[in-house]
Amino acid sequence: MPEVLISPEEKRASQSAPQPRVPRIALIGNPNSGKTSLFNQLTGLNQKVGNFPGVTVDKKTGISQLTPNLKAQIIDLPGTYSLYPKSLDEKVIIDLIHNKRSEAYPDLIIVTADASNLKRNLLLFTQLADLGLPLVLALNMMDVAEEHGVQINVEQLQQDLGVPVIPMNARKGIGITALKILASQQLAGLNQPFYQIPEELLTLVRQIRYYFELKNDYLALHYAHQYKKLSFLADDDKSYIEDLLKENKFDSNTLQATETIERYTVINELLLDSVRVVKAETNEQFSNKLDKVLTHKVFGYLIFFAVLFLMFQAIFAWASYPMDLIDAGIGALNGFIHERVSGPLVDLLTEGIIAGLGGILIFIPQIAILFAFIAILEETGYMARVTFMMDKIMRKFGLSGKSVVPLISGAACAVPAIMSTRTIDNWKDRMITIFVTPLMSCSARIPIYTVIIALIIPEKYYFGFLNLQGIVLMGMYLLGFVAALLSAMALKFFLKTKERSFFIMEFPTYKMPRWKNVGLTIVEKVKAFVFQAGKVILAISVILWVLATYGPGNAMENAEKTATAEAQKLNLTEEETANKIASYKLESSYAGEFGHFIEPAIRPMGYDWKIGIALLTSFAAREVFVGTMATIYSVGAEEEEATIQQKLAMEKDENGEMFFNPARGFSLLLFYAFAMQCMSTIAVVYRETKGWKWPILQALYMTGLAYVSAWAAYSWLS
Amino acid sequence: MQKEKSVRDLKVGESGTIWRLKDPEMGLKLLEMGCIPGTTVKLNSRAPLGDPITIIINDYTLSLRLDEAETILLKA
Repeated sequence: MPEVLISPEEKRASQSAPQPRVPRIALIGNPNSGKTSLFNQLTGLNQKVGNFPGVTVDKKTGISQLTPNLKAQIIDLPGTYSLYPKSLDEKVIIDLIHNKRSEAYPDLIIVTADASNLKRNLLLFTQLADLGLPLVLALNMMDVAEEHGVQINVEQLQQDLGVPVIPMNARKGIGITALKILASQQLAGLNQPFYQIPEELLTLVRQIRYYFELKNDYLALHYAHQYKKLSFLADDDKSYIEDLLKENKFDSNTLQATETIERYTVINELLLDSVRVVKAETNEQFSNKLDKVLTHKVFGYLIFFAVLFLMFQAIFAWASYPMDLIDAGIGALNGFIHERVSGPLVDLLTEGIIAGLGGILIFIPQIAILFAFIAILEETGYMARVTFMMDKIMRKFGLSGKSVVPLISGAACAVPAIMSTRTIDNWKDRMITIFVTPLMSCSARIPIYTVIIALIIPEKYYFGFLNLQGIVLMGMYLLGFVAALLSAMALKFFLKTKERSFFIMEFPTYKMPRWKNVGLTIVEKVKAFVFQAGKVILAISVILWVLATYGPGNAMENAEKTATAEAQKLNLTEEETANKIASYKLESSYAGEFGHFIEPAIRPMGYDWKIGIALLTSFAAREVFVGTMATIYSVGAEEEEATIQQKLAMEKDENGEMFFNPARGFSLLLFYAFAMQCMSTIAVVYRETKGWKWPILQALYMTGLAYVSAWAAYSWLS
Repeated sequence: MQKEKSVRDLKVGESGTIWRLKDPEMGLKLLEMGCIPGTTVKLNSRAPLGDPITIIINDYTLSLRLDEAETILLKA
């Protein structure tokens, strides 16, 4: 490798060298080793969520005050069992610690280990130690270990491992101070490797080591194992390694397996001195008993559906109170501003920007409530049981056991539901879940469903209590559910992934939730939504407002004049005049132009340009459809649904027949059941998949499905 | 050829000793989770629909699908 080459990163580093840099500490550990608790304890509310380059993994960082005059940046890495990554999430880790030139290369690594399960937790530790990285071992969950009768001789362990070991209980904050002080001392790594690289590999390993000027053999061995995954290596370097490996017949898989077995042998010997188990685990027994009920053939599902029902009820009903408050608050603020100032810029502020902000804030209660539930389910260990019970069923549809909660939440609102797919580790399962969740009928579809159903379905009762309109409404919900499952099944065949799906996971014992973690999850999710998806929502809502408010040339003034003149002729009241003006203005606006423009395209579904306008405006949110129809038919957007219905029922087509006949009605119902008429969902899919590819594909698919089924319904019924 | 016995064939509550791991890639994941040849494994429970299952190994519980359990071969 030519030494003269200077990478851009290096240049930047040397330029900024004079300023003292905040030291970086990375947290690495097995899943469920209390890493998140430790991170929260170290950083409190000083957390930031960013992205790791190129992957859909959140990068959580925070600042911790280690000693009164030393601050450090803490980086929370995804939980992993080993340094040979099995998922994209875990790949982030090796990308970070194998690249010394990376801007985020850590100065110190804190390895969190579950003291009650030290053997498996030490595998990762010994790998990190052999890479020669400076380590501190945080022996977490000491209380659980004690309960299980595991006694750990920390002194002995510290001697055997050769790195500082701190017994702690991150949940309760015990041992945090000691850890901070130790970390601040910036301890160096150890010398004696745990795993001796076999003789026959040494030549190969040394070749790689000298070529890349690496610090030690084990790091070079890692280059050999995972050069393909190291995104910082140039193509030349990769092919150099590839050729070398071919020459030496390097069998990565077998070598990784033997290495892992070797490590366990060393760990077993090592722990012989320092860990003794004296009594059987009581918590495990308690968990097993609880599982007899909670994963029972009948009660298990009953309890799960009760939990789902409660969750659904909470997002659906309880969230409506704070949502109404936000709605009223935004209205009051706009009213307050309008009373004092006026003009086109003020309108942009109130109807465009503030209304757009309101459209973002309105989601916060639902997001907060859903994630409170999900965090509690995860924390207690119940989520693992849900996955366990539902996996077989969901797998038939290309989904995983973990897709159940997002799907059901989608029946309330797709936005928090899509955010909750984070719990699905497997990329393919997660993408499919995100893709189909918006097909579930969310609460924003209800106003459209009720208005249209009331128009086309007679109010009839069967057996005295079965309301026909109610049955159709329920049918719409079922339709969404079936469409979601079938789409998932179809997608299963199209989506290809190199990442293999593993279900195997630790089955945690039941625990009390850590409320601080629950709270921080809620804050983090709300922040992520407001600041990342919010930008897109705000931008689209301002654009939509401009389209509906301005028209080409002086079309708007003309519309107002014509409307006023006609109103005078007809002797209309002041309110009726205002409604007429609003209606004419909307027709002459760019949105109106758009309605006329797309009329040929939507005619096969039975729609005219008026519905075309509503299709455009309801892209902001489906329920806007009703308000827009009200404005177009000069009802006044704030009127009761019943008034709007009456007006719509009176509308005639060119033959003098009722315009909203069953054919058009069902066409509209199907269109709104399937179409991606929701910019917030698009924004949140963009944020969750970190790109435009998925939201665009999804919008195309859903709108296509909507168009075809609406067209089929209309042509069949008329 | 006689069919090899795997974790899949265990009854609930029954134990066995791991002999070897059939699928190399899956095997690596299993090794890392502590399924080392020579270790005792006990079938702890089955999901209501029979799949997945939970096993106890080294005093902790893992859950895995049947087709994954099938790759853990047991000593006869």
